[in-house]
Amino acid sequence: MTRLKSGGALIDRDTSVTFTFDGKPFRGMKGDTLASALLANGVRLVNRSYKYHRPRGVVTSGPEEPNALVNLGSGDRHEPNIRMTQIELFDGLEATSQNRYPSLKSDVGVLNAAASRLYPAGFYYKTFIHPRVAWKHLFEPVIRRIAGLGRAPTEADPDTYEHQYAFCDTLIAGGGPAGLLAARRAGEAGERVMLVEQTERWGGRLLTDDDAEIDGKPARDWIAGQVAALEAMENVTLRLRTCCSAAFDHGYALLYERRADHMTPTGPRHRLWRVRAGQIVGATGMIERPIPFYGNDFPGVMLASAVRDYVRLWGVAPGQRTVLYTTNDDGYRTALALHEAGCHVAAILDARADPVGILVEQAREAGLTVMSATGIGKVSGNRDGVREIQTVPLDRGDDVELGKRIECDCVAMAGGWSPVVHLYSHSGGKVVWDADRAMYRPDPENPPRDRHGEPYVRLVGGAGGALTTGDVLASVGGATPSVVAAAEQPARPVWFTPSQGKAALGGKHFLDYQNDVTVADIRLAAREGFESVEHAKRYTTLGMATDQGKLSNINGHAILAETLGKAMADVGTTTFRPPYTPISMGVIAGQEKGLLFKPVRQTALHDWHAEQGAEFEPVGDWRRPYRYQRDSEGREASITREIKRVREKVGLLDASTLGKIIVRGPDAGKFLDLMYTNMMSTLKPGKCRYGLMCNDNGFLMDDGVVARLDEQTFLCHTTSGGSDRVHAWMEEWLQTEWFDMRVLTANVTEQWSQFAVAGPNARALLERLEGDVDFAALPFMGFAEGTVAGMPVRVFRISFSGELSYELAVPTSYALSLWEALLDVGGDLGVGPYGTEALHVLRAEKGFIVIGDETDGTVTPHDVGMSWAVSKKKDDFIGKRAMERSDLTRQGRKQLVGLLTEDPGYVLPDGAHALSKDGERAIGHVTSTYHSPTIGRSIAMALIEGGMDRMGETVQIGIDRKTSVKAVIASPVFYDKDGARQNV
Amino acid sequence: MSDLSLARAALDVSPPSGLGAQVEAMPLRGMVTIRGDLGDAGFAAALQAATGCAVPEVRGSTVSGDTRVLWMSADEVMIFCAWDAAPGVVATFMEKAGDAHVLALDVSDARAVFRVSGEKAWRVLAKGAPVDLERMEPGEVRRTRIATVAAGIVRTDGDAFEIFCFRSFSTYLWNWLCVGAGAESLSDL
Amino acid sequence: MLLIQCPVCGVEAEETEFAPGGEAHILRPEPGCSDAEWSAYLFERKNPRAVHYERWRHAFGCGKWFHMARHTHTLEIFGVYAADAPEPPQEIRDRIAERTAP
Repeated sequence: MTRLKSGGALIDRDTSVTFTFDGKPFRGMKGDTLASALLANGVRLVNRSYKYHRPRGVVTSGPEEPNALVNLGSGDRHEPNIRMTQIELFDGLEATSQNRYPSLKSDVGVLNAAASRLYPAGFYYKTFIHPRVAWKHLFEPVIRRIAGLGRAPTEADPDTYEHQYAFCDTLIAGGGPAGLLAARRAGEAGERVMLVEQTERWGGRLLTDDDAEIDGKPARDWIAGQVAALEAMENVTLRLRTCCSAAFDHGYALLYERRADHMTPTGPRHRLWRVRAGQIVGATGMIERPIPFYGNDFPGVMLASAVRDYVRLWGVAPGQRTVLYTTNDDGYRTALALHEAGCHVAAILDARADPVGILVEQAREAGLTVMSATGIGKVSGNRDGVREIQTVPLDRGDDVELGKRIECDCVAMAGGWSPVVHLYSHSGGKVVWDADRAMYRPDPENPPRDRHGEPYVRLVGGAGGALTTGDVLASVGGATPSVVAAAEQPARPVWFTPSQGKAALGGKHFLDYQNDVTVADIRLAAREGFESVEHAKRYTTLGMATDQGKLSNINGHAILAETLGKAMADVGTTTFRPPYTPISMGVIAGQEKGLLFKPVRQTALHDWHAEQGAEFEPVGDWRRPYRYQRDSEGREASITREIKRVREKVGLLDASTLGKIIVRGPDAGKFLDLMYTNMMSTLKPGKCRYGLMCNDNGFLMDDGVVARLDEQTFLCHTTSGGSDRVHAWMEEWLQTEWFDMRVLTANVTEQWSQFAVAGPNARALLERLEGDVDFAALPFMGFAEGTVAGMPVRVFRISFSGELSYELAVPTSYALSLWEALLDVGGDLGVGPYGTEALHVLRAEKGFIVIGDETDGTVTPHDVGMSWAVSKKKDDFIGKRAMERSDLTRQGRKQLVGLLTEDPGYVLPDGAHALSKDGERAIGHVTSTYHSPTIGRSIAMALIEGGMDRMGETVQIGIDRKTSVKAVIASPVFYDKDGARQNV
Repeated sequence: MSDLSLARAALDVSPPSGLGAQVEAMPLRGMVTIRGDLGDAGFAAALQAATGCAVPEVRGSTVSGDTRVLWMSADEVMIFCAWDAAPGVVATFMEKAGDAHVLALDVSDARAVFRVSGEKAWRVLAKGAPVDLERMEPGEVRRTRIATVAAGIVRTDGDAFEIFCFRSFSTYLWNWLCVGAGAESLSDL
Repeated sequence: MLLIQCPVCGVEAEETEFAPGGEAHILRPEPGCSDAEWSAYLFERKNPRAVHYERWRHAFGCGKWFHMARHTHTLEIFGVYAADAPEPPQEIRDRIAERTAP
């Protein structure tokens, strides 16, 4: 056990927590992370690396962790690739290691490492090119098994998630000293403030590095005071475990709240906050950089800041004998923390020639060995971790001999600090290389700008480049608290430490732990001409793993600059993209899953249809009854039964989904003359006319029956699912083109439920209901209003089946009453419902088109044989000018025809292609195809090149690569060509 | 004789209670859409005669008894009234408007209305409406979307909001509101 | 995601409440126009990395169309104006000149 006897600001030593890792039970303490608990149990090997399967341990103590990814949970709560440094321990937690087979300790993939000289940068690009077929069947399956991260979950996620929209003046990301102070300032100014912190605690690095005194108080007391003051402000919202994942244009930010990951979930597990902020303050701190040296990936090699976090926050000693390798004064805090906790510090290697600073002196006074201008040349160890290091003198070029061996079990790397500039980058701000401080920091000249062109993201504290507590607080602005802290000397960046002779690149100096990218890979990429930082990144995969290069990018770019002999600023950096750390797929969906996945529109009779055995089909967002199942009859049988009912007796169709738009005003007729291809202004009140609507390309977009209700008022029917589109289309023309027209529209689709009553017995059925509508007197294409069975109705004598047919519209609250009344009185007339499939067969028998079946956005009214519906008298209508274009008037356009297969029992597949005589070319395609029970054979409609001039011609219809069938081109009107049946 | 209770089509989820927000499906309500020149004195007079209400300010509403006039757009208002009063409102308005270029339609059956009330009511709506509901004024009308459904929201008083959407979406929206109001998450919002 | 102020109902709302309608101030030619004019009306659109005058509709809100002057790269919005305006108002043009001055 490596738990220290005392200390650990975050743990509750009295509350023990049990958990399992790879099935083995462990104990931790309340307040532990999975990482701290495993370290406390002496578990250092936690993962195998992605490519070489090298043993890996915990490197960090936070969200930047590249190595310590685990599968969390089991069964339907299994989740891969979770950073154990961010997992708060709870009773019963189950974690398993990833990327190993059969076990973490004996992993066969380690053979990859033995052959690692065969895996240089770009290896996959270079190797698996030939033969092409081998990629899919041989290389990819093998590589997928060997490489990879966690196992993807296979079961549906039982947890719930949600979104929450929020609005504030200032959003502050990060609850360290700068964030707390910024929130305090904004809160005191009366702003609406949100302060979020990704961990479960306030205070940031001050919790660990509490050697500073702020406003005369110990740092921790100052933090507690700030939090208490903020909690007392009603205009400030504080949220822990909430990470500002992204900052987008115009102040839009996404916050990822891990609401219940640390407990048995009650309510949503994660919450996505969709915030609109006037200002975004990024107080996101800094991330410490590792140092690339030979063997810098053995378990036990950690960031110096993480080492002291484990000591101070969780009372865990990551090692009993630690070597610190530092480039700056701050690293000494780790040596001092270890020393203070009673852990041995074997040596401090300082890259600088002459370290002096107050912290350096404190270390010397404590009796610790400080070696200047010295680095780590090589680390030796095994899967359980570091055994020893060998020093190397710096400043003597690459061709050096290794020096002294120092036995140790932990190496702390203090490679300098990189500001977390992600939020600045996400929203379009630029960063600049600050050579003095060896960091990319936000460029104040190029901030993200909002809709007014004003800067709206500001990075403060470490994120803005401040390195000391005093500078951090001063960067917030306003009155700065007084800070007493040790002064620090300049750092000396080290991008690469040679190992032995000519830099010894054969040994591995890791940059990107998660993707196994080494210094040698970057140098190779540069030599091969991948000089742009973006190219080198993609060639080597540097920074492309789930940690997105939080530890590796800066070192990698520095190596690239050095190899190319360029300045860091000239090489540039890649752009950080959201999210900052991975977010769950569940939280993206939020509440909209299962029942709420997508809105479904239902008619007023939906429940009735369902009770009558309806099989529903989607029509736009609507669900319409496709057919009604009776007893045990088959699918075909039920459709045939419904068709025969309409042809022989009388059927009812719920046509409520048809769009209904009222168009009213002195210019309504004139307006509709422009909207429709045919003339509407001449329509008489009380009459209906079928109309076609085109776009200005001349192509059909909608159709429907228009009824003139009175001199100034028209009712325009649209296709199902077309009502919103057509209403918006009319409004667009009225608002943006013909705004001088006196026309008002309203979409009344849902006010009215509408039923087709179709069949030879339709009139007899309707006449049985009491009322004042004279159905016998109503002519074909006539319209009447009145009362039927005590309900207010509109009656349209129109037919989409070719039968005697009326459509009745009632206010929707009467829908069920009217529907049931019709069924009640017509039992002996054979009345019953029919669904959309019967509707389609009935209309196809009559050669009536359906927008979206016979049309596809490239079809004109002339193409479908409806030239009669295109007015020649009108000066203009939408689509008129386009129909005069050469392509729309040329011979040989595809035209609508009927197809009769040679074998009357064979129903063509929908969409099948008609072939040219030589079989080489498609000359058209099937648009609708059914078995017609009425005429007892298959029928189809098709668009065929020059089809109207090819009546009687036999064409081949391709069925698959080998088969084709013969069909004769015929009129698309298959039944009752004279229309006698509807005119009775 | 109206028989289609809107709640009937929408009982897949039970409305929760006691979590800071209550969700109710409102009974059938009279609704009238009126379009025309809202700034015209004749329009105002006709509206006053038909409803007892003045023309509302932009995104506002005016109330008289159980009638509320909601601003819907620059040339459109919606009237909420008793279900059987709607035909009368249309008739009176059209009569008073005379020859003016206006449109008045009884659309009482086109939309469903839900009421979400309670201390956390706005939090339920904020799960899917991109609107600063916390700062909405009493009487304010906001047309927006809830999830992906077009909806109108009016803050009727204090903590209570009325939501209206096309009737075909009522089952979906009802379920959506109940799931949102039922989540134990309201406790930490 | 843009934050857009609708000039009709006055709300400043997120982009998801709006529907874009492409380039603004394109005149629909008279029916007797040439093929070239008609083709330009149907198909020819600017695609600048600069200020763009465009049409938007407050689709989930008041339903009204309006015009917006927006920089396609910086996403700065210089103003919104009425759907029936034949050209951008002087006030917006002045603001653009001021904001985009070198």
